[in-house]
Amino acid sequence: MDLDLLSNILYAMVRTGTPLLLVALGELICEKSGVLNLGQEGMMLFGAVIGFIVALATGNLWLGVLLAMAAGMLLSMLFAAVALGFNANQVATGLALTIFGVGLSTFVGAAWVGKPLSGFEPIAIPLLSEIPLIGRMLFAQDVLIYLSFALFALVAWVLLKSRIGLIIQAVGESPDAASAMGLPVLRVRTLAVLFGGAMAGLAGGYLSLAYTPMWAENMTAGRGWIALALVVFASWRVFRVLLGAYLFGLASILHLVAQGIGLSIPSNLLAMLPYVATIVVLVLLSRDAIKTRLYAPVSLGQPWQPGH
Amino acid sequence: MLLSLEPRGEQSRPMLWLSPLLAAVLTLLSGSLLFALLGHDPLETLHTLLIAPLADWYGVSELLVKALPILLCALGLAVAYQARIWNIGAEGQLLLGALAGSAMALQLLDMDSRWALVWVVLAGTVAGAAWAGITAWLRTQFNANEILTSIMLNYIALNLLLFFVHGPLKDPAGFNFPESAMFGDASRLPLVSEDGRLHGGLYLALLALVAVWVLLQKSFLGFQIKVLGLDRRAAGFVGFREKRLVWFALLVSGALAGMAGVGEVAGPIGQLVPQVSPGYGYAAITVAFLGRLNPLGIVAASLLMALLYLGGENAQMTMNLPQAITQLFQGMMLFFLLACDVLILYRPRLKWKWAQRKALAEATT
Repeated sequence: MDLDLLSNILYAMVRTGTPLLLVALGELICEKSGVLNLGQEGMMLFGAVIGFIVALATGNLWLGVLLAMAAGMLLSMLFAAVALGFNANQVATGLALTIFGVGLSTFVGAAWVGKPLSGFEPIAIPLLSEIPLIGRMLFAQDVLIYLSFALFALVAWVLLKSRIGLIIQAVGESPDAASAMGLPVLRVRTLAVLFGGAMAGLAGGYLSLAYTPMWAENMTAGRGWIALALVVFASWRVFRVLLGAYLFGLASILHLVAQGIGLSIPSNLLAMLPYVATIVVLVLLSRDAIKTRLYAPVSLGQPWQPGH
Repeated sequence: MLLSLEPRGEQSRPMLWLSPLLAAVLTLLSGSLLFALLGHDPLETLHTLLIAPLADWYGVSELLVKALPILLCALGLAVAYQARIWNIGAEGQLLLGALAGSAMALQLLDMDSRWALVWVVLAGTVAGAAWAGITAWLRTQFNANEILTSIMLNYIALNLLLFFVHGPLKDPAGFNFPESAMFGDASRLPLVSEDGRLHGGLYLALLALVAVWVLLQKSFLGFQIKVLGLDRRAAGFVGFREKRLVWFALLVSGALAGMAGVGEVAGPIGQLVPQVSPGYGYAAITVAFLGRLNPLGIVAASLLMALLYLGGENAQMTMNLPQAITQLFQGMMLFFLLACDVLILYRPRLKWKWAQRKALAEATT
């Protein structure tokens, strides 16, 4: 394999891994606060369709990105109202959110399928992008990918170094203790859910505005679910989320690699790869039940109300 | 004014059944609002959606045709959900049932005896169970989260079906269209009546309904499943074998979804096509919850869901509304249901400021 091909693969790996990274970062914060939101796929799709429509109608890509995030947040608000406000089962509520988001996005986007849009173009940073091997991967991407690097740094800093990170984790590990310390548990959780919604919306917007600038029904193709698996894979640690997102990105572009080295495998079989990889990874990481329980936020997925 | 929730201290039996009705009404109300916003007359749209499709016997038989796969999948899901095993994979299990049933039917093209149908249905059912069995194996052996594995298996099943329909099972005489040859008559489910498309899958569904009802309401196995769902530790203490129950619930779940899938290809479709299911397996999740995981409730809920599918098609043809209305309503209904379910355990109280002040005044004097 020559250097050029490798550099291309790395470039595509980051592009494909970015939507996963964005959703997974949002979900990581959400789960750290003790809330399991299975609605990622729905929020992503709604973000993707709203971002696309807004960008096409106004001609302003950034407005599209902004409203994609708002769309994701809007849906996550519904989740927060039902799961946190009404104390409903988080698994069922998350499923409902996904089913709703899939339906809503298909409904809203029906008239916009297949319309062309010129999305975000890659911006090569002079000199840096000419570094061999990693230059293209890190410095010749579109602006949303640079944004994802910044967001990763932000989330890592928040979780590892900031007071806010401690508060989020306290609420996720022991809501009772956090509440006794005077922390507003439900407010922290709601904010975490909203952050997750914004990130999922952004990831959707990235898909429909930069990755493949168009709208198609169910264009997220399970990325929201893969991101959920990714958080488990990362054992709730932020650097592993980054690593995992790019690894899954790599798994999704293996068909390009296969074509590159001249293998011919039917495309439908290759399309299974990321899903198979997800299962394999889940199996490898969950095998040890005790370990999984040690890493997961203690109150993950459990409803909590003040004073009970 | 403030809305506060007061714990009832126990489940409210009436609310348990009123909540789904309330959710359906709220869905219709918000649907009407949506139609009004889109510039359609809400009443007319609701008529197109919910009443017009049932104007004649053909409409009713179409309703049943659509309700059958949803009912079968939802019955299976109810068994799994009673044990709190979140099988989201009904869609994939359905597709695999359709795929395996088709593969069998295409092997038996020349067979004239009715045994062909038996083999086809059996192949689909077993394949559905086996597909769910993967989830059960991963869960019991490797502790892998069943939600994520079953979802992933849905995507894998879809790609597997697409691979076969574009490749090995494609009709050689079919002008390269991605569909299989038509099945032989012996492997097709017979029609129940001369007019309409209602097929023998009806009897399979009724059989499954009775079986699941007996299992959940009358059998010790069903009791064990429910205990496992309510309290894992308690089930362990009294010696119920969790792993075995997980396997059982998922296999039943998958078998019924597989039966639904083979019922589609051997019933109304008659061949393997890329679009076997318009998301019946996902719709069944909403149906199972809406029917309160109770077989009879699920019958009602699956008829309602089938009506939404039928109405969605009708609204697309006559009013040019996107067919995705069906999925939109599905999601809304499940959401409203979960929100209304809060009323089962909590009593809503409206508190006015003055009422609080009055109570405070009374308390201090």
